[in-house]
Amino acid sequence: MAEAVRIRPGLPGWLTPPVAVGLAVVAFWVAAALTADLWGLADPLRMVARRLQPPSGAHWLGTDALGRDVLSRTLHGARISLTIAAVVVAAAVSLGAALGAIAGFVGGWVDGLVMRLVDVTLAFPPVLLAMAVAATLGPGLENAVVALVAVWWPVYARLMRAQVLEVRTREHVEAAIACGAGPMRLLTRHILPLCWTPVLINATMDVGQVILLAAALSFIGLGATPPTPEWGAMISEGATQFYSWWIAFGPGFAILTVVLGFNFLGDGLRDFLDTRSAR
Amino acid sequence: MTRYLLRRLIAMPLLMLGVATATFLLSHITKADPLAAIVSERQMNNPEIVAAAKARWGLDRSLPEQYAVYISNLVQGDLGVSFRTRRPVADDIGARLPATLELVVFAMIFGVTAGIGLGVAAAHWRDGWIDHGARLVALIGSSMPVFWTGLILLYVFSVVLGVFPGPGRIDARVAPPPGVTGFYTLDALIAGDMERLRLALAHLVLPAFVLGWAVMGIISRLVRGSMLDVMEQDYIRTARAKGAGEGRVLFAHALRNALIPTLTIIGHSFAYLITGAVLTETIFAWPGIGAYAVDSARSLDHPAIIGVTLVGAAAFLIANLVTDIAYALANPRIEIGRADG
Amino acid sequence: MTGAAGLEIRGLRVGFPGGLEAVRGVDLSLARGEVLGVVGESGSGKSLTWLAAMGLAPRGARVEGSVRLMGEELIGAPRARLRELRGNRIAMIFQDPLSALNPVLTVGTQIAEAIRLHNPDLGGREVRERVRELLDRVAVPQAARRAGQYPHEFSGGMRQRVMIAMAIANDPDILIADEPTTALDVTVQAQVLEVFERLRAELGIGIALVTHDLGVVAGRADRVAVMYGGRVVEEAGVDALFASPQHPYTRGLIGSLPTVAGAGGRLTAIPGAPPSLAARPPGCSFAPRCPIAEARCQAEDPVLMPAGDGRRAACHFAGARPAAPAATGPARAPVSGEPVLSVRGLVKDYRMDGGLLPPVLGGAGAARLRAVAGVDLDLAAGETLGLVGESGCGKSTLGRCILGLVAPTAGSVRLRGTELAGLTRAQMRPWRRHLQIVFQDPYASLHPRMRVGEIIAEPMRLLLGRAPSAAQVAVLLERVRLEPAFARRYPHELSGGQRQRVGIARALAVDPDVLVLDEPVSALDVSIQAGVLNLLADLQAELGLAYLFIAHDLAVVRHVSHRVAVMYAGRIVESGPAEALHTAPRHPYTQALLAAAPVPDPPAERRRRRQLPEGEPPDLLAAPRGCAFRARCWRASDRCGAELPALRAVDGGHAVACHHPEPVAATAPAGA
Repeated sequence: MAEAVRIRPGLPGWLTPPVAVGLAVVAFWVAAALTADLWGLADPLRMVARRLQPPSGAHWLGTDALGRDVLSRTLHGARISLTIAAVVVAAAVSLGAALGAIAGFVGGWVDGLVMRLVDVTLAFPPVLLAMAVAATLGPGLENAVVALVAVWWPVYARLMRAQVLEVRTREHVEAAIACGAGPMRLLTRHILPLCWTPVLINATMDVGQVILLAAALSFIGLGATPPTPEWGAMISEGATQFYSWWIAFGPGFAILTVVLGFNFLGDGLRDFLDTRSAR
Repeated sequence: MTRYLLRRLIAMPLLMLGVATATFLLSHITKADPLAAIVSERQMNNPEIVAAAKARWGLDRSLPEQYAVYISNLVQGDLGVSFRTRRPVADDIGARLPATLELVVFAMIFGVTAGIGLGVAAAHWRDGWIDHGARLVALIGSSMPVFWTGLILLYVFSVVLGVFPGPGRIDARVAPPPGVTGFYTLDALIAGDMERLRLALAHLVLPAFVLGWAVMGIISRLVRGSMLDVMEQDYIRTARAKGAGEGRVLFAHALRNALIPTLTIIGHSFAYLITGAVLTETIFAWPGIGAYAVDSARSLDHPAIIGVTLVGAAAFLIANLVTDIAYALANPRIEIGRADG
Repeated sequence: MTGAAGLEIRGLRVGFPGGLEAVRGVDLSLARGEVLGVVGESGSGKSLTWLAAMGLAPRGARVEGSVRLMGEELIGAPRARLRELRGNRIAMIFQDPLSALNPVLTVGTQIAEAIRLHNPDLGGREVRERVRELLDRVAVPQAARRAGQYPHEFSGGMRQRVMIAMAIANDPDILIADEPTTALDVTVQAQVLEVFERLRAELGIGIALVTHDLGVVAGRADRVAVMYGGRVVEEAGVDALFASPQHPYTRGLIGSLPTVAGAGGRLTAIPGAPPSLAARPPGCSFAPRCPIAEARCQAEDPVLMPAGDGRRAACHFAGARPAAPAATGPARAPVSGEPVLSVRGLVKDYRMDGGLLPPVLGGAGAARLRAVAGVDLDLAAGETLGLVGESGCGKSTLGRCILGLVAPTAGSVRLRGTELAGLTRAQMRPWRRHLQIVFQDPYASLHPRMRVGEIIAEPMRLLLGRAPSAAQVAVLLERVRLEPAFARRYPHELSGGQRQRVGIARALAVDPDVLVLDEPVSALDVSIQAGVLNLLADLQAELGLAYLFIAHDLAVVRHVSHRVAVMYAGRIVESGPAEALHTAPRHPYTQALLAAAPVPDPPAERRRRRQLPEGEPPDLLAAPRGCAFRARCWRASDRCGAELPALRAVDGGHAVACHHPEPVAATAPAGA
């Protein structure tokens, strides 16, 4: 009976305060990624001032060990992080959801094979698997993307399979069989449309986690290579200049806010759907 | 219940075999010459050593044979030799394990207790400022890059405020307590050395806090959710209808049920702790497996990376098994013959 | 009936944020030693009234008015005082005994808690002794041992007894039972109702029996209050209420009930659906559905007024029309003719996951659950075969096997002579246009993201290979008495009864010969049920359909069927013409079902002597040798344990599977 708190009557029900906060933060960073060149900031790759300058009016977030502007590098870093996250999540969702849907719908040995693969992959702590794969393929952003997809696809496979297994036992699916629906129609028309919601919510929350792990790989030295303005790599540079705290502050704060934005978005959407399904 | 647990126990070695197979395949798709990873560059010119390594790792044989050799080496605890430290990877890991375990245990204790407390409070005062605050704290926990938070906290509390000591497990001028367990806190306690215990604890605060925060966030969100679910259940209404007070309803009836689903996530949050350890140990100069893993990754030391990955997966599997056992014990509804509940 | 001797509710109102009023001024009283029946459909406010009286209204609810327990005001009383009274002087039990018991605490612990909360000084041994005594009182066998078990180890009926034991732990004055038997099978329901009877007689507890089932109150209540739209619309002594209902809603409810006694004919359905909280009409809530409503009813909400003989009714025209005659008629005569559908030796086994290893690794043999254990059926054109049985007897599985939704393990299903069992889904497809199904749950059985028009069009598109025109969809909707405009709506915009009509329209779209109706009305409110049953009867007459009507409700089955088959533990134990089966049942199980089914006729209910079976339907995993019913049977002999009785004809199409197929003794008339 309890209505979710809405910001203002007239707005859609899912737009709860946490969702709105998340959307605003994410929108800011997407805008930053798209317009990083238009802010009239210094070139992120060139030495523009003296080394290791603390924040000042000219360089709001100071300069790094090579005299590059930290603010400019941070804003340009959004491009790399958001692109990686989008590519990884899209690839992991497509691959995982497809395999999971097939496993759940077909069953039998196909299901067994896919799920054992999922079990084994999920037996690794994500960061270690990503590290091992990235180290095997060698440093570089493309390899980091492959490593991250290898870590994330089983999550979606398992989720999608569980959804398909649940939805396929519902009565409307039996009704569709009685109406003569064949396997393809059952899957595409009667089962899959009702499976996507939790998968997409998970994907929203995972965008943040992918950004974190991608930055972690770069921090370790397995992702972006210098001089790319990547957040994790920048923090790694900052760690070596411990007393120049501002080098790491900008990129770290950027990661924190953008991931927080996605988490708010996902958490709020999940809350809304939970209360709605409970009614 | 026994049947359920037996089934989980049987699955363990099978999963481990799967994990080992995956790492075997991984080490075979690497572009690097596997020999170069085993034998250091300078010794590559020494045909005797190369031949010995080839024979020992079976690199002169077919792939299935190599697989058999690999697995049998693993079973004997042979993870190969790190080309960075030139020592057996298993020895390297063994020496660093206690440091990481101590950190993880303290982080876990902090994360679980704080997470449960925060979750119960958030559920009880739902939609109040405590709930919103708890949500923010929890989401920050799973949003922050731990390697950055560690850096910032270290700078603020150690350099600026000076309330906590700098990096390391214990002050550089102080010798570690006599090694019995490898846990500095326990060893100091055993030796009755209160000064060393205080130092070891002081060094643990920041890294354990940074590591435990994410766990606290996850657990508090889950406890909140399952508390809210449970509070809607009919048996809560029954308890109230009996005349039970709110405190009794909350702790005797609701919390016990709410913690059952939470138990499963505790094993899973072990993965977050490993992630955290890998990423924060470097910052805190903590001589554990995490720092070892990062150093190995930075120098592309394949045997070491694969070794750490295998050990991490084994630890993760064991943590999940322990959780499953705890779950089965806590939940009377799992019955013989009705496994997979 | 003075307030000081029991519970006195005056002007109780319960509202929710946003101006929703769920209970709108309820006056009720309940004395010690009295049973008050409170009858209403979903949304009538019947449960909320009592929850609010207990101080257990949900979060955010606003409760006004007065509730006095033995003269003491409860509304606004300090919380500590309410806690002292709850579970002590006033207790409550709920509909679903599984969810109402804490799953992680033993049953004994939970009963002990109820005792200790109000007697903190009692010692451990005294509490244990009292727990045992309470379990004995509600007839839970082996009380001492069972107190140490968890709720999931109890059957449904036993769980409800545990709930009752907990509620009476401190000898309360008032016991509120909210739909206490709705989740139970009919034979178990009768057992639990017996327990209430004893509590009233032995302990003098005043009981409020809240239910949607008029039959349940007929035999047990002294007075009955009928609730609708958040108010009491009529209150009277139980005999007077059933004999001459004053309010048109009460009249409608009674008229819409199919009874075990009467059969055939049309039920007096109430049009429309109960009002939702958000869209309550102005004036009398019942006016939009009322056959005698006038302009005044839409403008002015009638108050509950005395109507003589201590009765009260809230209607401007209370008693203005004579009660509609009970819609009974002769039982429907069996239809003869070639069977369109014939089932022989149908078996369905389920493998239960019991082995240590997954089957891939050669795990030990899994346990086998035989849901359907060899069933023969014939169904002629234009005929309704009622298939009745309690939960878990395999009746729904049987229906799904016939349609090939579940693959039968063995046996034959012939549609006009063509074998369907063993066909693949693709091979089955051409036959589906002759064989359709209507499901129990009108919410789950419609695709939530498809419009009604698409849902109805799907079988035509897929089975006849042509999408129907809008006009054809309109004709189908018209056939189930829905406006053509419904084609553009989504299922969630429809009421339960309307959705079930959509389900029927979908099944009819391809002009089938045979319709399997799997509990088609059991999820619907009583007043809606009658309309759907009437519709099904009309459609059969118009289209000559054959129905396999699966249900647990004997009265409904009796009303609609030409022939009836009774199912128990996967087998048909008795079958025959509806009339013969109800007047002269031969199998003890059929006799028990008839004896247990409540009849909405108070004098008849009180006259009945019941032969009730002990225990509850069996666990099919541990199926005993011989007759599955023998453990609960009062006529069982050694032979029943050794030899499975076969279905044998006794006379004219009436067959029984029993070694002792005796008619009911003259002293125990079944079915009134």
